[in-house]
Amino acid sequence: MQPTEAIGSRWLRSTTSIFLKDWHSELRTRYAISALVMFVVTTISVMLFAIGSEGAPPEVLAAMLWVVIFFGAMSGLSRTFVSEEERGTTMTLQLLAPPSAVLFGKLLFNLVLIIALNAFTVLLYSLFITGFVIKTLSIFSLTILLGSIGLAASSTIIAGIIAKANTKGTLYPVLSFPILLPLLLTVINATRLAAEGAFFEEAFGEFQILVSYIVVVVTVSYLVFDYIWKD
Amino acid sequence: MDIHLVARNLKKAFNRRVIFQDVSFTAGVQQILLIAGRNGSGKSTLVKILADVLSPTEGTVDLEPRARAMFGARSNMVGFVAPYMMLYDEFTARENLQMALTIRAMRPDKSYINELLSRVGMANRMDDQVRTFSSGMKQRVKYAFALVHHPPILLLDEPMSNLDEEGIGMVRDIMDEHRQMGILVVATNDLTDIHHHDIRVDLNAAH
Repeated sequence: MQPTEAIGSRWLRSTTSIFLKDWHSELRTRYAISALVMFVVTTISVMLFAIGSEGAPPEVLAAMLWVVIFFGAMSGLSRTFVSEEERGTTMTLQLLAPPSAVLFGKLLFNLVLIIALNAFTVLLYSLFITGFVIKTLSIFSLTILLGSIGLAASSTIIAGIIAKANTKGTLYPVLSFPILLPLLLTVINATRLAAEGAFFEEAFGEFQILVSYIVVVVTVSYLVFDYIWKD
Repeated sequence: MDIHLVARNLKKAFNRRVIFQDVSFTAGVQQILLIAGRNGSGKSTLVKILADVLSPTEGTVDLEPRARAMFGARSNMVGFVAPYMMLYDEFTARENLQMALTIRAMRPDKSYINELLSRVGMANRMDDQVRTFSSGMKQRVKYAFALVHHPPILLLDEPMSNLDEEGIGMVRDIMDEHRQMGILVVATNDLTDIHHHDIRVDLNAAH
């Protein structure tokens, strides 16, 4: 039963197996999904009561959408590493897979989770928040996709860093905020352009920033994760 | 298969506190390495370093090169049982073993998994979630978990903890059998856990 495939293929199988393990575990325990859904529903309800039927300018609504997404992500995405630490299974996983396979397996899981969360948030937001109209759907869709990847990438590595800390609940959003600030400012601006009906080319600069952000965060995560994970 | 586990000048310190230093040994197939020492002497720390889940502050742990090429990462060569190593509670015993293989990119062998779980006395509970098990039952499943990928090196930290008499007998059989084909490393305070050893590392003398 020795591994005989190529190293790349084995790494890919390890990564997808870790993703599937987390996925099945989540379906059984509902650790992250419950927290995320409850947070989004509660926050949008509060916003609904606060704004009422008066509405708000597109730039304010765009910013508020990403505030909901940011804090939603903060309430659920750290679970991927924190739950391993709390259950004492971190060492078990260290024994089973190389650090990079763990990082990308967890990143894949967080990505699926954040895309599902964002789809749910946008759906509720569009249905209930008066005045939130997207005029350029292509800009908005790509912003949500790239924003989700960026959020998943930074949330995953930060979760890995804070998992062993005693005050992880507080540390997570505090540490995430400065790292996520460039991403948030860019996605808010791109969402505003989508709401104002800008041409796709006008948002090209934002997309370049988002792609660069993702490349930098994923590369740095890959380089530092060995040290974070092992010691 | 000719495998050697070679530790050279190992030192581990947490901040400024040195746990042990100048620890060196070589263990080969059909040998039992005993790691002894009082509480806090670093037995578990040394075992974790051998399993490659913790880095030494100084020194190296190496495997004979041919063996490494055959098995890939050191974690693929090691089976590990310890009271602080946890299984996934929300999965069944069988699912834990399947997962141990799929995450290592190996194909799960259903009949071997059944055979292993029967061997550790868990035949009737293999499809129950681990959260429903007693600590002794979990310890039994950990042995199956450690052996499922046929590791040539078996690392046991406090091997008899939580086990009843029958469980202790089962572990002795596993140890005897593993010694015939691989390297057995046992870290314990209780010298009755192990009848015989070939190499002894005394961490009381390694400060």
